[in-house]
Amino acid sequence: MRWIWIDKFIEFTPRTSAVTLKNCSLAEEHLHDLYPDFPIVPHSLIVEGMAQTAGILVGEARQFKEKVILAKIGKAVFHRLVRPGDTILFKATVDQLNEQGASISGRVELLDDKAHAAGMGLVAEIELMFSHIDQNISGIKFPEHNFVFTEQFTDLLANYRLSAPVTL
Amino acid sequence: MTHDEIYAKVKVVLVDALGVDDEEITPGAVIRDDLGAESIDFLDIMFRLEKAFGIKIPKGELMPENVANDPNYVENGVVKPAGIAMLKEKMPHSNFTEFEKDPKVESMSKLFTVEAIVKYVEGKLK
Repeated sequence: MRWIWIDKFIEFTPRTSAVTLKNCSLAEEHLHDLYPDFPIVPHSLIVEGMAQTAGILVGEARQFKEKVILAKIGKAVFHRLVRPGDTILFKATVDQLNEQGASISGRVELLDDKAHAAGMGLVAEIELMFSHIDQNISGIKFPEHNFVFTEQFTDLLANYRLSAPVTL
Repeated sequence: MTHDEIYAKVKVVLVDALGVDDEEITPGAVIRDDLGAESIDFLDIMFRLEKAFGIKIPKGELMPENVANDPNYVENGVVKPAGIAMLKEKMPHSNFTEFEKDPKVESMSKLFTVEAIVKYVEGKLK
């Protein structure tokens, strides 16, 4: 089973931006792993959520024909913890996109008006860079089949499309 | 924009892209050897240059691609005269003096210095 870390898309503007939503539950085992008596969502998984959101945004720009790989985390600044019961939004914006890859600016926010009113709604600011690996400047060859956007992924995306209130 | 102003902005780009200290960046610093850039960093540098200067950098313009794997240009790990001519044409912003004395493929990265980037941007802004 492909591991997926976002629950649904709530906005999607091709080649421009996407917003996804993730519900964080105490039932998820990894919340207990970092600090057993103080469950939080590990920062690495917050970056992963942004990478999945942005990766799909970048992939869609070329109809999922390129192998889109997370190449670099340019910045990851965390402002608050994410706890069980929190719902978070991954907001990804395309800064640059060309035949070789893309750079993305991302914000992770709590879906919580009270937190925002108190100036506590921002979870993280994340900048990512993606590479279309077949266009790498070193000329390194990779397997022909698209091991990033697989058939399994296409099925998953079809489900997203069915349940998303946006064209994806 | 003056040469010094471009240099200052390029410096910021390289500090952000490569996580190096300000003092490590000198005009002669080689991007790969001295500043530790890996291949993926070059795409990052290109993106940041485009954003900082409002320019477009077409694929292969800042640094020619796949030269090392091209038998027309490289033989037994050495860049042939045709390869050097092609590099000179495509990289007029680089200094070839030292490279031409011993044009090994592994020395090609030395053509890509901080000053070469500054000159490239200068050319784009004209």
